[in-house]
Amino acid sequence: MNTIKDKVAICGIGETTYYKRGTAPVPEFRLACEAITKAADDAGIPVTDIDGFASYSNERNDASRVATALGLPHFSFSNMFWGGGGGGGSGAVANAAAAVAAGYAKYVVVYRALAQGQFGRFGQAAPAKTISGDFAYTLPYGLMSPAQMFAMRVRRFMHEHHVEQEAFAAVALASYHHAQFNPRAVMYGRPLTREAYYESRWIVEPFHLYDCCLENDGAAACIVTSAERARDLKPKPAYLMAAAQGSDYRQNAPAHNAPDYATSNFKTLAPRLFEMAEIGPQDVDVVQAYENFTGGVVMSLVEHGFCDADAVMDFCVYENFAWPNGKLPLNTSGGNLAECYMHGLELVLEAVRQVRGASTCQVKDAAISMVVSGPMVTPVSSLILRG
Amino acid sequence: MPTEQHSAKSVLPEGLPAPQSTRDGLDQGFWDAARRHELVVQRCNDCATFQFGPEWICHNCRSTNLGWHRVSGRGRVYSWERVWHPVHPALRDACPYMVVLVELPDAGNVRMVGNLTGDARDELTIGTPVEVVFEDHQPGFTLVQWRRA
Ligand SMILES: [Zn+2]
Repeated sequence: MNTIKDKVAICGIGETTYYKRGTAPVPEFRLACEAITKAADDAGIPVTDIDGFASYSNERNDASRVATALGLPHFSFSNMFWGGGGGGGSGAVANAAAAVAAGYAKYVVVYRALAQGQFGRFGQAAPAKTISGDFAYTLPYGLMSPAQMFAMRVRRFMHEHHVEQEAFAAVALASYHHAQFNPRAVMYGRPLTREAYYESRWIVEPFHLYDCCLENDGAAACIVTSAERARDLKPKPAYLMAAAQGSDYRQNAPAHNAPDYATSNFKTLAPRLFEMAEIGPQDVDVVQAYENFTGGVVMSLVEHGFCDADAVMDFCVYENFAWPNGKLPLNTSGGNLAECYMHGLELVLEAVRQVRGASTCQVKDAAISMVVSGPMVTPVSSLILRG
Repeated sequence: MPTEQHSAKSVLPEGLPAPQSTRDGLDQGFWDAARRHELVVQRCNDCATFQFGPEWICHNCRSTNLGWHRVSGRGRVYSWERVWHPVHPALRDACPYMVVLVELPDAGNVRMVGNLTGDARDELTIGTPVEVVFEDHQPGFTLVQWRRA
């Protein structure tokens, strides 16, 4: 099979300080530039070697503005992954990898910057007098925020597979546990107890406050290049074993009419991903799974084959997710819940650290590291790295 | 068939965005029917497949010969959520409220989102039978709501 397996690698990673929402001292665009220059520094290449851009979720900081601001002599690839939320986190890396493999560019930077206080908030409905299109079937009924959009799916999943709240608690508790080792994390020094999880207010049932991602300011970037070039650079390459994106049958059907509803939308993607990587889920040492909401993490782990849907209550327990002794350490930087809501690009950076041996919750002998991007949205994406 | 209902009081306060048909008229038939207190679902005139929300082409046979089919308004709760945190100023004092996803067996199991009438704190289980309630608003739009059948 002709795939990109082992042909490209992530050779540099960079991020700004992560801030609480609305507290970044500098504009979002400057954060984007800073993350990109740090990724180049980490790779040990001049920033002017960057000749391609990939992002997702309608990144505001336009590639041409970045290239102009950084004084790049030219660029030869630019690409935006369709769809919202974090569905494109791995997909943007995949697009960068495809560009490198096809020879369109040599060093493609994947980047994401957010300073939501400086623009609009994702969780807040825009005030409008009228609404038309798909949202006309939901907004007038008070179903408007991302939490409200996804709670409906998660409730149905719980019903079909006898899943209880404790599976979601396990995700939140593991993320907060890992953040306590990570000085970059917004929730560093702010541990979460099981009692505090259950006592926290409902946002929308079945989501407590701690089931929902943070909102933060910051920027993250990583640089994708060929395996040959990566081998000549200083950091240990994180080789891309596989990357896949896409969507299942009619997942965008309006007003919650996706035929297979109790899903996070990875059912057709996951087999393609593992076929490309030529491994199975049992070979994965550590997972970073996008948490817009904890319920989506559980669903995405099921759909990637880590456990059966009807065995969630046995597998999705804190002890399995928590470093260092867990069977499947999950979101080892703290992720969107406790490190920073960097739209999931911080998960890619953490997956790279794990195969470099450089995580603050380093899984022993981690050889294969996986990222799951954007459960319950469409399209979604995933990737697998090896050291 | 449920009788035409004029609810004395709307489930949620006024001030939320009012539904309008898309500029291209795709779902004009749905909102016009709701205004007449009729529940309609788009159906393919060639293969009889239901689809909701409506689209310009049938997802089953790719026909563009589509029409509106009146359905009974009886359904069952497919999923639900109880909202505690308001994200719109109009809802500041309205929490908790209940949003239901209702499956319509006589319309190919298409689903509609609405609010459940009654006390939002009452327990609700998936599968509960419900029927449509038309909730008239000024100026000139009607929401499709649900009550326990
Ligand atoms: Zn048809």
